[in-house]
Amino acid sequence: MKTLVFVEQRDGKVKKASLEALSVGRALCDATSGALAAVVLGQGVSAIAEVAGKYGAETMYIGDDAIFAAYSTDSYGLGVGKAAQVFGADVLLFSATAMGKDLAPRVAARLEIGLLSDVTSYAVENGGATYRRPVYSGKAYAAAAPKAGKSYAVTLRPNVFAATESPRPHQVIKLENAVAASDVKAVVESLLASKEGLLDVAEADIIVSGGRGMKGPENYKILEDLAKPLGGAVGASRAAVDAGWIGHEHQVGQTGKVVSPTLYIACGISGAIQHLAGMSTSKVIVAINKDPEAPIFKLATYGIVGDLFDVVPKMTEAVKALKARG
Amino acid sequence: MDILVLVKHVPDTETRVKVAPGGTSLDLGEANFVVSPYDEYAVEAALQLKEKQGSATITVLTVGTDEAVKSIRQALAMGADKGVLCGDPSFEGSDAGGTARILAAAIKKAPFDIIFCGKHGVGDDNQQVGSLVAALLGIPAVTVVTSIDYSEAGLVRCHREVEGGVEVVKTPLPCVITCQKGLNEPRYPSLKGIMAAKKKEVVNYKAADLGIDPAQAGKAGAAFEIKGYELPPPRPEGRMLGGEVADQVNELLRLLHDEAKVI
Ligand SMILES: Cc1cc2nc3c(=O)[nH]c(=O)nc-3n(C[C@H](O)[C@H](O)[C@H](O)COP(=O)(O)OP(=O)(O)OC[C@H]3O[C@@H](n4cnc5c(N)ncnc54)[C@H](O)[C@@H]3O)c2cc1C
Ligand SMILES: Nc1ncnc2c1ncn2[C@@H]1O[C@H](COP(=O)(O)O)[C@@H](O)[C@H]1O
Repeated sequence: MKTLVFVEQRDGKVKKASLEALSVGRALCDATSGALAAVVLGQGVSAIAEVAGKYGAETMYIGDDAIFAAYSTDSYGLGVGKAAQVFGADVLLFSATAMGKDLAPRVAARLEIGLLSDVTSYAVENGGATYRRPVYSGKAYAAAAPKAGKSYAVTLRPNVFAATESPRPHQVIKLENAVAASDVKAVVESLLASKEGLLDVAEADIIVSGGRGMKGPENYKILEDLAKPLGGAVGASRAAVDAGWIGHEHQVGQTGKVVSPTLYIACGISGAIQHLAGMSTSKVIVAINKDPEAPIFKLATYGIVGDLFDVVPKMTEAVKALKARG
Repeated sequence: MDILVLVKHVPDTETRVKVAPGGTSLDLGEANFVVSPYDEYAVEAALQLKEKQGSATITVLTVGTDEAVKSIRQALAMGADKGVLCGDPSFEGSDAGGTARILAAAIKKAPFDIIFCGKHGVGDDNQQVGSLVAALLGIPAVTVVTSIDYSEAGLVRCHREVEGGVEVVKTPLPCVITCQKGLNEPRYPSLKGIMAAKKKEVVNYKAADLGIDPAQAGKAGAAFEIKGYELPPPRPEGRMLGGEVADQVNELLRLLHDEAKVI
């Protein structure tokens, strides 16, 4: 299978999710005697060829051009579409990041191929791949296989697949004049960064999340205090978001973000079905709740029945002490 | 102004999902079907734009069975003007690509200025249809939108959510906007609205009306074949930590550090 991976970068830095996608691409190609290529778009991004080569790409399509300096669906859609055509890709892999989810359907429509969203595992048998993806926010999983002989695209859920180095000698092919300025209708005028120093839940390995048990917006500080030394992000239940205590970008759940961090710490969250749908694939779940009957405990790896206002600050102290010991 | 809203009829988020015998379909029990939650933001966005414009026609489009008219009526009760049901036996089992082809064919039958849809449809969780429809119509899509500014004629300026921030995107009309939580607070239909909705027109397009080749829709037109469904593996039995708070916290840190090795 000729597999093309879209490598996402911001400010010249490759996203971890793209390294995961390259590793999946490498494994797919190894299992099917396929060839792996990567495409990167941006300005001043030529050095990224090395990174992609380290993670298994044999061919790098590089669009290093002012028109790719900021992401736009139109320009990136044309750029990736062009690389796919030049390479003759059978399979296109994207990460299911904000950019990947916006871009992949545009490219799939241009190439008139199918797209499978948010894949979390795959298996190769007789030269063909079957993919698994969550439906109903992870209440169930569907196994889907591309119809024979058809090219297709897939987005891969971040944080699920390992990024493994597998260096390959690689050739670089420049994508020239893939896009004209007149092709770009929707333009990104600016990027407003959210509150400084706080990681996005979608990208965090560790999430400290608070629900209605937080009692008010002022108390999210104690979650930030725990998240900081852990290098984590702050999440929330919908109850807390709807109360206006914290922005909706922090909401975890079926109508918020679906996350699978290595550690999810749920504080004052009861564990409603819609919340669980967003975090039940976390590797380790810690629940802190004063109600021993709270459904969240059914899912928790470790549970503490107690008052979060007592437990969380003590955890913060203990984490700081642990980090200080190194 | 002609405003379109794409609405999907889905099982509500309380639905408990089981795998049906045979393993190739899901058993949703007695699920209650509703307007997909994000599509409520889309309907509300359309209503607010109409209020700003003074006059406009809001048309709600759905690909679904006769049952899905319930969601069209819900949008009409909120204040939309007309409904279009794209319902044909050959449409059943369509994937995102097939649904988008059907919707695009229906949309092309009449003029439009802007199309609102949900960020994603609850259940299939594809997050594709809005972008695919835009591509088929050859117009831009702005996805995961949390605010819209109409102050300049002929274009919109949107905030869209990305990791760690917000992109400000400017696009000419017509375009597709996929709506994210935070964009607005969807209104509840009034009793008057519910009564009025019963009298509003809902047209039904069949495959032939839309020029849809049955091989391009339904299961036949899907790009992937569903091999089966599974429930997530049960999580391993958890452990409750006892003792005084200080002991609980110490034990928790030990477990996270030494046993689970996640901190
Ligand atoms: C269409 C739809 C979509 C939805 N989508 C989402 C979604 O995406 N995400 C989501 O989270 N919800 C979602 N919900 C809402 C969901 O049904 C619940 O209402 C919500 O998750 C409850 O939030 P909570 O656990 O914070 O609040 P509650 O259920 O009120 O739980 C608060 C918990 O805090 C505990 N507590 C209180 N004080 C303390 C204390 N001092 N110390 C320790 N524990 C304490 C209580 O024992 C309780 O268990 C959705 C609902 C609908 C209808
Ligand atoms: N069958 C459908 N009928 C009408 N609109 C749909 C349908 N499926 C999806 N959509 C629209 O496309 C959005 C994204 O859906 P999806 O790509 O399935 O996640 C939904 O929120 C709806 O606005």
